[in-house]
Amino acid sequence: MSMIDLAFIIQRPPYKSETSTLGLTHAISYQVVDMFLDDGQGVIPKVCFIGEGVFNCISEHKSMENYGVTSIESHVKNSLLVDLDMYVCKEDIDRFGIPENRLVDAEDMGADKKLQIVPFSEIQNILNNSKHIFIF
Amino acid sequence: MGTLTIAPFASLVGSKSMDFALKLAKTAADKGHKVNIWLTSNGVMIVKANQKHLKDYSHAEKYVKELLEKGVEVCVCEACALARGIHKNEAIEGIKWDAMHWYLAKIYNSDRVIHMGGE
Repeated sequence: MSMIDLAFIIQRPPYKSETSTLGLTHAISYQVVDMFLDDGQGVIPKVCFIGEGVFNCISEHKSMENYGVTSIESHVKNSLLVDLDMYVCKEDIDRFGIPENRLVDAEDMGADKKLQIVPFSEIQNILNNSKHIFIF
Repeated sequence: MGTLTIAPFASLVGSKSMDFALKLAKTAADKGHKVNIWLTSNGVMIVKANQKHLKDYSHAEKYVKELLEKGVEVCVCEACALARGIHKNEAIEGIKWDAMHWYLAKIYNSDRVIHMGGE
Protein backbone atom coordinates (compact mmCIF):
# COMPACT_ATOMS: atom_id res chain seq x y z
CA MET A 1 0.00 0.00 0.00
CA SER A 2 1.11 3.55 -0.58
CA MET A 3 -1.19 6.54 -0.86
CA ILE A 4 -4.97 6.40 -0.53
CA ASP A 5 -7.55 8.99 -1.61
CA LEU A 6 -10.07 10.25 0.94
CA ALA A 7 -13.09 12.38 0.01
CA PHE A 8 -14.28 14.98 2.50
CA ILE A 9 -17.76 16.18 1.61
CA ILE A 10 -18.82 19.42 3.28
CA GLN A 11 -22.53 19.94 2.93
CA ARG A 12 -23.45 22.05 5.96
CA PRO A 13 -23.52 25.86 5.99
CA PRO A 14 -20.85 27.75 7.93
CA TYR A 15 -21.17 28.43 11.67
CA LYS A 16 -24.56 26.75 12.05
CA SER A 17 -22.65 23.88 13.62
CA GLU A 18 -19.05 22.84 14.12
CA THR A 19 -19.34 20.49 11.17
CA SER A 20 -17.71 22.49 8.35
CA THR A 21 -14.75 23.46 10.48
CA LEU A 22 -14.24 19.84 11.52
CA GLY A 23 -14.29 18.71 7.91
CA LEU A 24 -11.54 21.15 7.05
CA THR A 25 -9.40 20.55 10.12
CA HIS A 26 -9.59 16.78 9.65
CA ALA A 27 -8.54 17.19 6.01
CA ILE A 28 -5.68 19.59 6.85
CA SER A 29 -4.29 17.11 9.38
CA TYR A 30 -3.16 14.93 6.45
CA GLN A 31 0.05 16.96 6.57
CA VAL A 32 1.30 15.19 9.69
CA VAL A 33 -0.36 11.79 9.31
CA ASP A 34 2.95 10.24 8.34
CA MET A 35 3.93 10.46 12.02
CA PHE A 36 1.76 7.38 12.51
CA LEU A 37 2.46 5.63 9.20
CA ASP A 38 5.35 3.82 7.57
CA ASP A 39 7.56 5.33 4.91
CA GLY A 40 5.76 5.77 1.62
CA GLN A 41 2.32 5.61 3.19
CA GLY A 42 -0.03 8.56 3.27
CA VAL A 43 -3.46 9.93 2.51
CA ILE A 44 -4.59 12.35 -0.17
CA PRO A 45 -7.67 14.28 0.97
CA LYS A 46 -9.98 15.89 -1.55
CA VAL A 47 -12.44 18.40 -0.11
CA CYS A 48 -15.72 18.89 -1.93
CA PHE A 49 -18.27 21.58 -1.07
CA ILE A 50 -21.77 20.68 -2.12
CA GLY A 51 -25.31 21.82 -1.28
CA GLU A 52 -25.41 24.46 1.46
CA GLY A 53 -21.75 23.65 2.08
CA VAL A 54 -20.83 26.00 -0.76
CA PHE A 55 -21.67 28.93 1.55
CA ASN A 56 -18.44 28.12 3.41
CA CYS A 57 -16.53 29.28 0.35
CA ILE A 58 -17.83 32.85 0.23
CA SER A 59 -15.08 35.31 1.15
CA GLU A 60 -14.88 38.06 3.78
CA HIS A 61 -16.14 36.21 6.86
CA LYS A 62 -16.47 38.31 10.03
CA SER A 63 -16.55 35.43 12.49
CA MET A 64 -13.83 36.80 14.76
CA GLU A 65 -15.76 40.03 15.18
CA ASN A 66 -19.12 38.33 15.65
CA TYR A 67 -18.35 35.02 17.33
CA GLY A 68 -14.76 35.39 18.50
CA VAL A 69 -13.63 32.36 16.54
CA THR A 70 -11.26 31.75 13.66
CA SER A 71 -13.11 32.00 10.38
CA ILE A 72 -13.87 29.07 8.13
CA GLU A 73 -12.48 31.31 5.41
CA SER A 74 -9.07 31.12 7.08
CA HIS A 75 -9.35 27.33 7.24
CA VAL A 76 -10.17 27.26 3.52
CA LYS A 77 -7.20 29.52 2.80
CA ASN A 78 -4.87 27.41 4.94
CA SER A 79 -6.11 24.31 3.15
CA LEU A 80 -5.24 25.85 -0.21
CA LEU A 81 -1.89 26.94 1.16
CA VAL A 82 -1.02 23.34 2.09
CA ASP A 83 -1.98 22.23 -1.43
CA LEU A 84 -5.25 20.50 -0.67
CA ASP A 85 -7.40 19.89 -3.70
CA MET A 86 -10.71 21.62 -3.05
CA TYR A 87 -13.77 21.50 -5.25
CA VAL A 88 -16.94 23.58 -5.27
CA CYS A 89 -20.07 22.30 -6.95
CA LYS A 90 -20.88 24.53 -9.92
CA GLU A 91 -24.58 23.66 -9.93
CA ASP A 92 -24.92 24.61 -6.26
CA ILE A 93 -23.19 28.01 -6.48
CA ASP A 94 -25.40 28.78 -9.48
CA ARG A 95 -28.48 27.60 -7.59
CA PHE A 96 -27.72 29.94 -4.69
CA GLY A 97 -26.70 32.81 -6.98
CA ILE A 98 -23.13 32.98 -5.70
CA PRO A 99 -20.86 34.65 -8.26
CA GLU A 100 -17.50 32.96 -8.77
CA ASN A 101 -15.63 36.17 -7.90
CA ARG A 102 -17.10 36.04 -4.36
CA LEU A 103 -15.34 32.78 -3.53
CA VAL A 104 -12.33 32.54 -1.22
CA ASP A 105 -8.91 32.90 -2.77
CA ALA A 106 -5.62 32.38 -0.97
CA GLU A 107 -3.43 34.08 -3.54
CA ASP A 108 -2.61 36.84 -1.00
CA MET A 109 -1.05 34.13 1.21
CA GLY A 110 1.00 32.77 -1.66
CA ALA A 111 -1.08 29.66 -2.30
CA ASP A 112 -0.68 27.98 -5.65
CA LYS A 113 -3.96 26.13 -5.37
CA LYS A 114 -7.38 27.63 -5.96
CA LEU A 115 -10.90 26.48 -5.27
CA GLN A 116 -11.93 24.50 -8.33
CA ILE A 117 -15.46 25.05 -9.52
CA VAL A 118 -16.58 21.80 -11.07
CA PRO A 119 -19.82 20.16 -12.18
CA PHE A 120 -21.33 17.62 -9.78
CA SER A 121 -20.39 14.84 -12.18
CA GLU A 122 -16.73 15.53 -11.38
CA ILE A 123 -17.43 15.35 -7.65
CA GLN A 124 -19.11 12.00 -8.27
CA ASN A 125 -15.92 10.82 -9.96
CA ILE A 126 -13.93 11.87 -6.90
CA LEU A 127 -16.31 9.88 -4.70
CA ASN A 128 -16.00 6.86 -6.96
CA ASN A 129 -12.22 6.98 -6.83
CA SER A 130 -11.85 7.49 -3.07
CA LYS A 131 -11.21 4.63 -0.66
CA HIS A 132 -13.30 6.28 2.04
CA ILE A 133 -15.87 9.10 2.04
CA PHE A 134 -16.50 11.40 4.99
CA ILE A 135 -19.60 13.53 5.10
CA PHE A 136 -19.52 16.66 7.20
CA MET B 1 -10.34 -10.57 10.77
CA GLY B 2 -10.63 -6.97 9.72
CA THR B 3 -9.99 -3.54 11.13
CA LEU B 4 -12.90 -1.21 11.82
CA THR B 5 -12.59 2.46 12.74
CA ILE B 6 -15.63 4.29 14.10
CA ALA B 7 -15.89 8.05 14.58
CA PRO B 8 -19.05 9.13 16.40
CA PHE B 9 -19.38 12.91 16.54
CA ALA B 10 -22.55 13.12 18.62
CA SER B 11 -22.61 13.43 22.39
CA LEU B 12 -23.95 10.63 24.55
CA VAL B 13 -27.05 12.44 25.71
CA GLY B 14 -29.44 13.82 23.10
CA SER B 15 -28.67 11.28 20.42
CA LYS B 16 -28.45 7.51 20.19
CA SER B 17 -25.54 7.64 17.74
CA MET B 18 -22.89 7.28 20.44
CA ASP B 19 -24.79 4.49 22.12
CA PHE B 20 -24.99 2.69 18.76
CA ALA B 21 -21.28 3.27 18.05
CA LEU B 22 -20.17 1.79 21.37
CA LYS B 23 -22.37 -1.27 21.02
CA LEU B 24 -21.26 -1.80 17.43
CA ALA B 25 -17.65 -1.57 18.57
CA LYS B 26 -18.26 -4.18 21.27
CA THR B 27 -19.92 -6.54 18.78
CA ALA B 28 -17.05 -6.20 16.31
CA ALA B 29 -14.43 -6.64 19.03
CA ASP B 30 -16.26 -9.73 20.36
CA LYS B 31 -16.09 -11.23 16.87
CA GLY B 32 -12.33 -10.74 16.88
CA HIS B 33 -12.02 -7.65 14.74
CA LYS B 34 -9.56 -4.89 15.53
CA VAL B 35 -11.57 -1.78 16.44
CA ASN B 36 -10.54 1.87 16.77
CA ILE B 37 -12.77 4.66 18.04
CA TRP B 38 -12.08 8.32 17.31
CA LEU B 39 -13.89 10.80 19.56
CA THR B 40 -14.17 14.36 18.32
CA SER B 41 -16.67 17.22 18.39
CA ASN B 42 -19.35 16.55 21.04
CA GLY B 43 -18.31 12.90 21.07
CA VAL B 44 -15.51 13.86 23.45
CA MET B 45 -18.04 14.22 26.26
CA ILE B 46 -17.97 10.49 26.96
CA VAL B 47 -14.36 10.46 28.14
CA LYS B 48 -15.17 11.97 31.53
CA ALA B 49 -14.78 9.53 34.38
CA ASN B 50 -17.25 9.10 37.21
CA GLN B 51 -20.37 9.28 35.07
CA LYS B 52 -23.51 8.65 37.07
CA HIS B 53 -25.81 6.13 35.46
CA LEU B 54 -29.29 7.60 35.58
CA LYS B 55 -31.88 5.33 34.04
CA ASP B 56 -33.32 8.05 31.80
CA TYR B 57 -29.98 8.63 30.07
CA SER B 58 -27.56 6.53 28.05
CA HIS B 59 -24.43 5.58 29.92
CA ALA B 60 -20.95 5.29 28.39
CA GLU B 61 -18.30 4.79 31.04
CA LYS B 62 -19.00 1.11 31.64
CA TYR B 63 -18.98 0.38 27.88
CA VAL B 64 -15.81 2.40 27.26
CA LYS B 65 -13.95 0.57 30.03
CA GLU B 66 -15.09 -2.79 28.64
CA LEU B 67 -13.93 -1.81 25.18
CA LEU B 68 -10.53 -0.75 26.48
CA GLU B 69 -10.20 -4.09 28.29
CA LYS B 70 -10.98 -5.87 25.00
CA GLY B 71 -8.11 -4.03 23.31
CA VAL B 72 -10.20 -1.46 21.44
CA GLU B 73 -8.17 1.71 20.90
CA VAL B 74 -10.13 4.77 21.96
CA CYS B 75 -8.65 8.18 21.19
CA VAL B 76 -10.05 11.61 21.96
CA CYS B 77 -9.35 14.84 20.10
CA GLU B 78 -7.42 16.80 22.70
CA ALA B 79 -8.36 20.22 21.34
CA CYS B 80 -12.06 19.33 21.18
CA ALA B 81 -11.95 18.08 24.76
CA LEU B 82 -10.04 21.02 26.18
CA ALA B 83 -12.39 23.44 24.41
CA ARG B 84 -15.21 21.79 26.35
CA GLY B 85 -13.37 21.99 29.66
CA ILE B 86 -12.52 18.30 29.81
CA HIS B 87 -9.01 17.57 31.02
CA LYS B 88 -6.88 14.46 30.93
CA ASN B 89 -6.74 14.11 34.71
CA GLU B 90 -10.52 13.68 34.90
CA ALA B 91 -10.83 11.27 31.99
CA ILE B 92 -11.33 7.52 31.92
CA GLU B 93 -7.95 5.86 32.20
CA GLY B 94 -6.61 4.17 29.08
CA ILE B 95 -8.08 6.56 26.55
CA LYS B 96 -5.48 8.07 24.24
CA TRP B 97 -5.29 11.84 23.74
CA ASP B 98 -4.16 12.99 20.33
CA ALA B 99 -5.17 14.97 17.25
CA MET B 100 -6.96 14.41 13.97
CA HIS B 101 -4.02 12.85 12.18
CA TRP B 102 -4.40 9.86 14.56
CA TYR B 103 -7.80 9.28 12.98
CA LEU B 104 -6.47 9.62 9.42
CA ALA B 105 -3.72 7.11 10.18
CA LYS B 106 -6.25 4.62 11.56
CA ILE B 107 -8.38 5.17 8.47
CA TYR B 108 -5.36 4.31 6.34
CA ASN B 109 -5.05 0.93 8.00
CA SER B 110 -8.77 0.14 8.22
CA ASP B 111 -10.84 -2.18 6.11
CA ARG B 112 -14.01 -0.29 7.01
CA VAL B 113 -14.62 3.18 8.45
CA ILE B 114 -17.89 4.35 9.92
CA HIS B 115 -17.88 8.12 10.14
CA MET B 116 -20.91 9.23 12.10
CA GLY B 117 -20.69 12.99 11.71
CA GLY B 118 -22.46 15.69 9.79
CA GLU B 119 -25.22 16.40 12.25
